[in-house]
Amino acid sequence: MNIWSALDPSQLINLTISVPLIGGAVVVLLAKHPNWRETASITTAVILFTLVLAITDHTFNQVPMAVSWGSTFPNIEIAFEVEPLGVLFALVASFLWIITTIYAIGYMRGHKERKQTRFFLCFALAISTVMAICFSANLLTLFIFYELLTLSTYPLVTHASTEAAKRGGRVYLGILLGTSVAFLLFAMIGTWVTAGTLDFTPGGVFNDTQSKGMVALLLVLFCYGIGKAALMPFHRWLPAAMVAPTPVSALLHAVAVVKAGVFSILKVVIYIFGIDNLGQIVTTDLMLYIAALTVLLASCVAMTKDNLKARLAYSTVSQLSYIIVGALLATSIAAAGASLHIVTHAVGKITLFFCAGAIMVASHKKNVSEMVGLGRQMPLTMISFAIGAISIIGLPPMAGTWSKWYLVVGALEADKLIIVVVLTISSLLNVAYLLPLPIKAFFNASGEKQPPWSWSEVKEAPLLILIALAVTTSACLALFFNPQPVIDLINLIPDVSTEITGSRP
Amino acid sequence: MSFIVDYYNYWVVVFLMMVGFYTVIVANNLVKKIVGLNIFQTSVFILYISMGKVSGGSAPIVAEGITIYSNPLPHVLILTAIVVGVATTAVGLALVVRIKRAYGTVEENEFKDKDDLI
Amino acid sequence: MFGQHFLILPIVLPLIAAPLCILLGHRQLAWLLATLVSGLSFVISISLLLAALDQGVLSYAVGGWEAPWGIEVRLDVASAMVLSVVTGISTLVLIYAKASIETEIDTSQHTLFYTAHLLCLTGLSGILSTGDAFNLFVFLEISSLATYTLVSLASDKRSLTAAFRYLVMGTIGATFILIGVGMMYMQTGTLNMLDLADRIAAIGGSRTLNTGLAFILVGVSVKLALFPLHMWLPPAYTHSPSAVSAFLASTATKVAVYVMVRFIFTIYGAEYVFHTMGMDLILLVLAIVAIFKCSFMAMAQSNVKTVLAYSSVAQIGYMILGISLASAAGLMAGLLHVFNHALMKGALFMAVGAVLYRTGSVDIKAFRGLGKKMPLTMAAFVIAGMSIVGVPLTAGFVSKWYLVTAALEQQHWLIAFLILLGSLLAVIYIFRIIEAAYLKKPIESAANKDIKEAPLLMLVPMWILALANIYFGLDTSLSVAAAQSASDWLALSTLSEGGVQ
Repeated sequence: MNIWSALDPSQLINLTISVPLIGGAVVVLLAKHPNWRETASITTAVILFTLVLAITDHTFNQVPMAVSWGSTFPNIEIAFEVEPLGVLFALVASFLWIITTIYAIGYMRGHKERKQTRFFLCFALAISTVMAICFSANLLTLFIFYELLTLSTYPLVTHASTEAAKRGGRVYLGILLGTSVAFLLFAMIGTWVTAGTLDFTPGGVFNDTQSKGMVALLLVLFCYGIGKAALMPFHRWLPAAMVAPTPVSALLHAVAVVKAGVFSILKVVIYIFGIDNLGQIVTTDLMLYIAALTVLLASCVAMTKDNLKARLAYSTVSQLSYIIVGALLATSIAAAGASLHIVTHAVGKITLFFCAGAIMVASHKKNVSEMVGLGRQMPLTMISFAIGAISIIGLPPMAGTWSKWYLVVGALEADKLIIVVVLTISSLLNVAYLLPLPIKAFFNASGEKQPPWSWSEVKEAPLLILIALAVTTSACLALFFNPQPVIDLINLIPDVSTEITGSRP
Repeated sequence: MSFIVDYYNYWVVVFLMMVGFYTVIVANNLVKKIVGLNIFQTSVFILYISMGKVSGGSAPIVAEGITIYSNPLPHVLILTAIVVGVATTAVGLALVVRIKRAYGTVEENEFKDKDDLI
Repeated sequence: MFGQHFLILPIVLPLIAAPLCILLGHRQLAWLLATLVSGLSFVISISLLLAALDQGVLSYAVGGWEAPWGIEVRLDVASAMVLSVVTGISTLVLIYAKASIETEIDTSQHTLFYTAHLLCLTGLSGILSTGDAFNLFVFLEISSLATYTLVSLASDKRSLTAAFRYLVMGTIGATFILIGVGMMYMQTGTLNMLDLADRIAAIGGSRTLNTGLAFILVGVSVKLALFPLHMWLPPAYTHSPSAVSAFLASTATKVAVYVMVRFIFTIYGAEYVFHTMGMDLILLVLAIVAIFKCSFMAMAQSNVKTVLAYSSVAQIGYMILGISLASAAGLMAGLLHVFNHALMKGALFMAVGAVLYRTGSVDIKAFRGLGKKMPLTMAAFVIAGMSIVGVPLTAGFVSKWYLVTAALEQQHWLIAFLILLGSLLAVIYIFRIIEAAYLKKPIESAANKDIKEAPLLMLVPMWILALANIYFGLDTSLSVAAAQSASDWLALSTLSEGGVQ
């Protein structure tokens, strides 16, 4: 599967970052020819995916890959290094980018959006920064591209240029830049001054010589500084960003941006603090319970939202905190569950967002209450929605089952029964806010007599949208039946394993 | 008492300085502000000049039989400072003339727009 | 033979060229002369900076009279670094000014503008290169007088009252410095900075010296617009011609910061100022108040030039904050920010000047929809704005990084946090403008229809500065090395690595 085997493995990193940029440039050049422009977008996405596949291949073969772009500050380089967790995230992001591009073409044309060139350009820029985040070798590199991701998605969020879009953009930028500058930068410089290094090191960079209080404080700062992980009370940006066109919400706010947040948290937990040391930090439990609370509260808020995208946004907030919980449980199996949840939630949630967009394009409905009986018009979309929802809830035979399974096992292993309870309640809440939609769509609750259904009633979304939906929906199923490649990749991450050790380390 | 008498030159300086400063702050008329600024600067000139005086010293010209001279350097310095002061006054007055042309007044309280206050 | 006189050329060249500009009488020729002279000074300053990095210190006895009797011109790394910034920005501003002042200054006064600009440059170069405390006062006044003239040249009548207010406050500040210098002389009997440093160290402090220090610090604080002595700055920057705002914002206040550094570190010594006199606490508090108060003021303004002016006062707070940390790292961060802030504020004021040139207004309403109509200008504005905010890969991030590191090195967690919080306020006032430019619909009117991109002569210097913001954010080796060796040099005898405590 490695068509790039002729290349030096380390060069692949540079390519993954630069290919989307080149693609973006081509998109701008072809601005006058929409069909060619879209071809360029898809081609770029496919090339990127093959590159990431090549990197995956090398990772399984234990080929070290690292590249440095020179140093900004003395002793700190802008450097990239491939490690399994980053590969996992890169795989998810680059694969879903292809699908989203296909979907976006259908959506943007179906919806007759303006400024499509700018849209595809910013999209490419955002993916480029995501790739850089995936492979960053130290905190500074991560931080730089984390900030660039915020800035490159800002034009996407405010794409509609309406008053609401502007307000959403303000909240988006305010919270994300605010937390990253006030807390993340602070935590990073704090780490630099305390530990003397920012490199991601297996096992963590702190040891017994640093003061306990300082490390504890840094953990809190990191958790809140990575605002993209949407830990309450800094979650407001995510619902606010839903003013963006649906493909943006789908890829960026169900996959790339939010996953960049939780990915950063996982990376910090695994490579800066170290899973083994995490249990000894006094604030770990505090942050764990805040994350657990976020899981529950966000689910409750999601139930009150009638706007479908807002409901999905709060659902995302809740699901992101699953990953944070997994990271902070400080057991290797919970961390594995968290990593797996990055993948399973991504495919599940992107399916749901695609459905929301399809409904908007085909029937111009935004609110859940208006969608009663919609199953007659859009049966395929609604079936996909049901499948995605079941995956998010974590029921077999959908992908979400595995990640929840490992998370629960991890919580049991860490003797945190309360977390097990939280995860269970949350699943029930998921049922309560996700499943009513397909149920009402198919089984009209009003009780009126309806004429028998026929194909002539069907008014589905454009074909490209349906293709994208079909791919993500089948991914939800496929990852249930064959999660092994992903789990193999996760087992390569240092200190993380799906093996049950039986006792708390 | 001797504290006051011995340092009388400084008292003069402080008095003049405060008079000048007060005028700059309180005066409503821009020309008077410039006058106040001048008095303020002059007080510093006197500080320098009196500093150069050495008790019992003569004028700093080398002559037979004289061993104690006053220090000429502060006087020379202050010549430069005086030139600077004159130049400042000139620029200030030129500005006042243009303000008079533009606003028709040099009284601060007659400016219509509050933002223009000085 | 000629080589040894190199040192004094950045002062002498503009001084000679200034009257020539009037004599030429032709505005195009005057522009050409001024630009050439300024560019030449820049080239010389760069070579001097390289020489200083190599040799440590360059000295020249004016008129052949050796120090301490004669006036010594003395360049070390710190002063050579600021000198290069000043002459470089001056050259860019002059290139930019040709088009910019067409709409903002009456045509008959264009030659006067170039003359005053060159005189101001003379004064600033003089301040930076002199080794004599009294001489410093004289050059300070030369530059200040030229500045008052420059501010008042705008055709907007409010520039006159702004200039007058600046003149009154500036003169009081300068006179305070004069008093302070007098007191130092009274106690030590010398005016040469190195001699002063030796003798002050020998005396170890007296009431006269303390009073002198107080007068000097207050006087310099007026000149550098340290809160709460900044009241002259917002009107002066708002109403002066854009080219002048760009020049002053990126050079004049920076030179005043340099003067403060000089007096604190070279003459009095950090130990004396910070430890004995406890000035670090006063400066620290004022700096933090400046950052927050003036950032809030910047948010509330509708005139974009006023926004930038208040932002300047806030940014000066960062420089003073770095100095007041009383450590080599803090001083270095402060000096680095002097350099970086010159780049960002220069670019911002130039962009705003270009908007004024095309739309005739600098109200935030005039910025609506400019993202489409003046894409290059607004892109430069965005880059420089990001730098003010401190986004990674811009120069602003580098200064912030070093400031926070310096604060954390001394365990000042709260201060480090406040520095970062302050930069969040910058996000708000910069994005207000960016939002207006890119997201708001332009006001439809006949006059608005034909707004087009700024002329090339304005765009080129603006973009040089904007790209410099990115360059010095990516490759910090040059700026950091210069600031590092400057702070090493200044702090050589007076600061240990971890600060005076």
